[in-house]
Parts: sequence; structure tokens; C-alpha cells
Amino acid sequence: MASILSVQNVNKRFGGLKALDEVNLEIEPGTVHAIIGPNGAGKSTLLNCFVGRLTPDVGTVTFEGHSLIRLAPHEINQLGVSRVFQTPEIFGDLTLLENVMIPYFAKRDGAFSLNAWKPMAGQNDVRGKAEEMLADVGLGEKHAMVANSLSRGDKRRLELAMCLVQQPKLLLLDEPTAGMARADTNNTIDLLKTIASRGITMVVIEHDMHVVFSLADKISVLAQGYVIAEGAPNDIKGDPRVQEVYLGGAEI
Amino acid sequence: MLRSNGSCRSYILQPFGAGYPDLLQKFAIFGIFAIGFNILFGLTGYLSFGHAAFLGIGSYTAVWTFKLLSMNPLPAVLLATLLGGLFAALIGFISLRRTGIYFSILTLAFAQMSYNLAYSVLTPITNGETGLQLRQADPRVLDVAFGRDYGAVLPSSDLFGIGMTGYPGFYFCAAVLILCFYISMRIFRSPFGMMLRAVKSIQNRMNYTGLNTRPYALAAFVISGMYAGLAGGLLAVTDPLAGAERMQWTASGEVVLMTILGGTGTLLGPVIGAGAIKYFENIFSAFNESILLNTFNFLPETLQHAVVSIASLFVGEGWYLTLGALFMVIVIFLPGGLMEGVRRIGLVVKRKFGVGQDDNPPAPAE
Ligand SMILES: Nc1ncnc2c1ncn2[C@@H]1O[C@H](COP(=O)(O)OP(=O)(O)OP(=O)(O)O)[C@@H](O)[C@H]1O
Ligand SMILES: [Mg+2]
Repeated sequence: MASILSVQNVNKRFGGLKALDEVNLEIEPGTVHAIIGPNGAGKSTLLNCFVGRLTPDVGTVTFEGHSLIRLAPHEINQLGVSRVFQTPEIFGDLTLLENVMIPYFAKRDGAFSLNAWKPMAGQNDVRGKAEEMLADVGLGEKHAMVANSLSRGDKRRLELAMCLVQQPKLLLLDEPTAGMARADTNNTIDLLKTIASRGITMVVIEHDMHVVFSLADKISVLAQGYVIAEGAPNDIKGDPRVQEVYLGGAEI
Repeated sequence: MLRSNGSCRSYILQPFGAGYPDLLQKFAIFGIFAIGFNILFGLTGYLSFGHAAFLGIGSYTAVWTFKLLSMNPLPAVLLATLLGGLFAALIGFISLRRTGIYFSILTLAFAQMSYNLAYSVLTPITNGETGLQLRQADPRVLDVAFGRDYGAVLPSSDLFGIGMTGYPGFYFCAAVLILCFYISMRIFRSPFGMMLRAVKSIQNRMNYTGLNTRPYALAAFVISGMYAGLAGGLLAVTDPLAGAERMQWTASGEVVLMTILGGTGTLLGPVIGAGAIKYFENIFSAFNESILLNTFNFLPETLQHAVVSIASLFVGEGWYLTLGALFMVIVIFLPGGLMEGVRRIGLVVKRKFGVGQDDNPPAPAE
């Protein structure tokens, strides 16, 4: 099957530090692909190269046949790629509802629309969609709150709702459960499973192995900018190199 | 003593008296200027220090329209609005490549450039220091075409026969103010307005959400430039004269003060801020030493002179000192501006006179 996202030969240096070293990755459509690896392995850097925050020094990133190199972040999103960041990036001064309506408008009306005359009060369809989405991530009752007042875990779920409301083709998640209590983590896993079952392709960075093994169809292991192993969850579990590099020899 | 109090009071009340339609015109015009500025600064957070340039451009455009086309205010304000927007598009396009303080400095630099150009290279258009004035011999092609003859006097602007000075001028400005306020309200409450608030909140997230922030900020900049051009046009309508000092940085700063004083990002705040500043300016700059002496003549003579010499620092030309002090007090104690004051008073009143006893007080923390 042709991959939805194809990463070839990507290198990225920060000064003397080689953050990504000859990374190759194929993401199959309709799968959940987990990227794991120790702190500083280059996982977030890799996602940054997918969404236009960083440009690789060498290499190509292709999404559904479009090269993403040098596209602006909003252009990449308009192609159908949404991302949850490692530190939640939300519209802190706005209400939860507005936070979710904005990405919906972006998807519906494009990167710019001078929609200055119709009142928000009349946008019942958009409002309904946003409320539904917030309820899905468990923030339904909080929809009128200002986003800054949320806990870290809730901010993460809000950001997830902001991505999901766009019905992206590819969803990039940078540690979607970090900072969440166990119960919330399990809810998030269930939610992500539901999304995956709708056929949305996902790339998930996670440290929590429980999350990784409940979701992933395929796992890539990154260490010091290198992909050291790749395969189905069970193969990765037993791979001695992974245990060596990633867990210092401990059992996963 | 009573007499002196009386004279002081009359100075405070006088602006609302029959003799002051000029001040009312200023309320309306600077209200428009501040409403437009607030669409940029209040919603997107981009702090422009050069909006007076568009005010000046609006005035020059209006006066030229009077000279060339017609003394009717409608084409004048229309063209002033358009040209304000056009120049804003130009300056905004360049300045918006930067954010924060760099953006502010770029706008300031552009405005000072316009100011200097108006005094030097552009004198054929601006008439330099004298300012652009009407002349009896101006062509006024539209007026001529419609057979309108002003005779041997210097014409003044009129709307189909209604002169635009005094109260009629104020009513005209007030009608435009209401229209401008309505448009601003629509913008605030629209999806576009929400996007502008998102620009202020976090631009990065917007980009990763598929929105191009640049045209949003530019649209806000152009709209606010159009408001400024319109306000400048109205200044010329009520007093057909345009000078470069209208573009000076102090004028740009003034609209910032008006907006912050009234309440940045609120709908009504800028109008109130503009009104407050123009009102106090009128009172304080009208005082002079003899009026002060008269006001404090109930004091012993030495004390009277001491008080007067201190007070005179704050009035007349020194009125900006008062404005600065007033501004500091507001920013420190009411960071949300006068509108926050209104809101706080509203809360107190609500609590005092309760919305009914069955309202549960908030549960105390454990
Ligand atoms: N903008 C940057 N400038 C300089 N160095 C950077 C930058 N971003 C990341 N790095 C460095 O690149 C390396 C990889 O960082 P990255 O954030 O990709 O790691 P990660 O795998 O996401 O780690 P974590 O699990 O802690 O999130 C780190 O050593 C980091 O310090
Ligand atoms: Mg990371």
C-alpha cells in the first residue's frame, strides 16, 4: 500500500548536534504509528519537520504526493495534517468553545476568510459541532470557560478536540497523555482508538508504554536521531537493541 | 469665595453649554478614530504608533476633494476613508512583517516619514507649514457642474445646503460615529473578530490550525486605517484645513491613550476614552494664570501664588502633564480602563442590592 506520509533521508542539525540522522519512515494510511525513544532522541524535532516548524537540512517529507518541504504551517494543515504539541498550544484568552470553533472555521472557510458581517450568535451548526467535539473529549460542561484556566491534562484534551474537529487525514500527537491522571489516560486511549477506527492515520509520540502498546500498529524506535528499530509491537518488545538503548537493558 | 467657585464650575460645565458644538464634534471624530484603532490594537494586539499618519492623509484628501470636486462632505469622507485604507495597506504590508515592539517602531517610523515628507518634498500637495486651505478660485468641478455657486466668499462644507459647522456638523459626525460603532460591533461579534482575537492570543497555534495570520492582521490594519482616514476627513469637513501636525507622533500616541484609558478590546471603551481625553483637554488647556489666580483668590496671597504656580504647570500648555498623571493612575489602578471601572461599580451595585436573596453566595473554600 502507498504510504500517506513518506520521510526519506531526513537530517537536521542544531549547531554541532545531530538531532536527526538519515531518518526514513513510511506511515501507512489508516494505521497508528508510534515513535518511541529516550528524551532528546529527536522525536519532537521529527514532527516539527512534518508541520513546517522546521525545515530538514537534507531529505524529503511527502504527504499524499505533496512535498511538505518549505510549505507554510497553515498550508500543511490545509492539506489535512493536524498536530497536538508536547506543551499544549491553545488560545489561552479564548473560551473552550471558541478554541474548537476556530479550527473548524479554518477547515471550512480556508486559510483566510473575511467573514466579518455574520454574527457568531448565528453560527449554530459550527457551535453544535464544537460542543459535540468537546463532549467527546470530556470537556462538555467546561465549554464556556477560558482555556487558560484549564489543568494541563485538560489543555491537552482541548488541543486534541481542536485537531479532531478538523477531521484530519493525518493526526500527529506529541505525548498526548503526558500530565494526565490514569483515568484520563485510559479515556484518552479509548478516544484515540475510536478515532483510529474511523480510519484517521495517526503518528503518536509516547513515553507511556501502556498507551503505546494499546494503540500502535507499528513502532519506530528513535535514539540520538537514528531509527534503531522498526516493526510490529511484539517484535519491538523483544528486540534486544531497543531494550539496550531505550531502557538501558530493562524489560519493557 | 462663592464667586470664585462659581467661575471654576462654569469652566467645567461650559463645554456642555450651547457654545461648544466644536467640542462635541471632536468627541465624535476622535471616537471614530479610537474605535478603529481598537479594532487593530484591541483585537489583534498589534500596537501601532503611527495611526496619525492616516488621520492626516484623510484630512488632506478631504480638503483636496473640496478643492477639486465639491464642498459636499460625502465625497470628501468617502475618498478620505479610501485613501486612509490604501495607505494603511501599504504601510501595514511592510510593518506586519514584524511583531511586538519592532512592529510599533516601524509604524512610528512610517508616520514620522509622512510627517516630514508633508513638510518638505510634498509641499505642492500639502502646502507645507501653512497647511492646505480652500481658496475661492478652486475648481470644484462637481459643484460647477451642478450649478452651485458660492459667490465671492470662501465656501465652507455643506451637505445639500446644511452647513457643516456648529451643531449640524456635530450631528453629521455623530451619525457617522453611530454607523462606525455599529460596524465595529458587527466585526467584534463575527467569526472574523474571533480570528483577530486568536491572532492576539497565539499566532503559532493559528498557523498550525490552518489559518494564515498575515492577511488577518493586515485586514485589521487596513480597517483601522480606514477609520482613521474617515476621522481625518471629518476633521476637515468641520474645519476645512489640513496641516501636517495632525500626523505628528503625539497625535498617534493620543489615540493609544484614548483606547487604553477607555478600555482596550471593549466595544464602548475607546469612545469613552476619546471623550474623556478631549473633554479634559478642553478644560485644562483653557485655564490660564489669571483664571487660576481668580479661582484660588480665597487663599492668603502668598499661598495663592504658590498654589497657582504649581497648578499652572498642569494647565494650558502643560495639560499633557495632567494627561500623563491621569493615564498613570488609570493604568495602575484600573488596568482595564474606564470600562473596567464601570464593570466594577456594576458588580458592587449588584452585590449591594442583590439579584434576590435566593442567590446562593459562593461556597467558602474548605
Ligand atoms: N530548536 C532547537 N535548537 C537547538 N536544539 C534543539 C532544538 N530543538 C531540539 N533541540 C535538541 O535536539 C535534540 C532532540 O530534541 P527533541 O525535542 O526532538 O527530543 P525528543 O525526542 O522530543 O525528547 P523528549 O522526549 O524529551 O520530548 C535535543 O538534544 C534538543 O536539545
Ligand atoms: Mg519531544
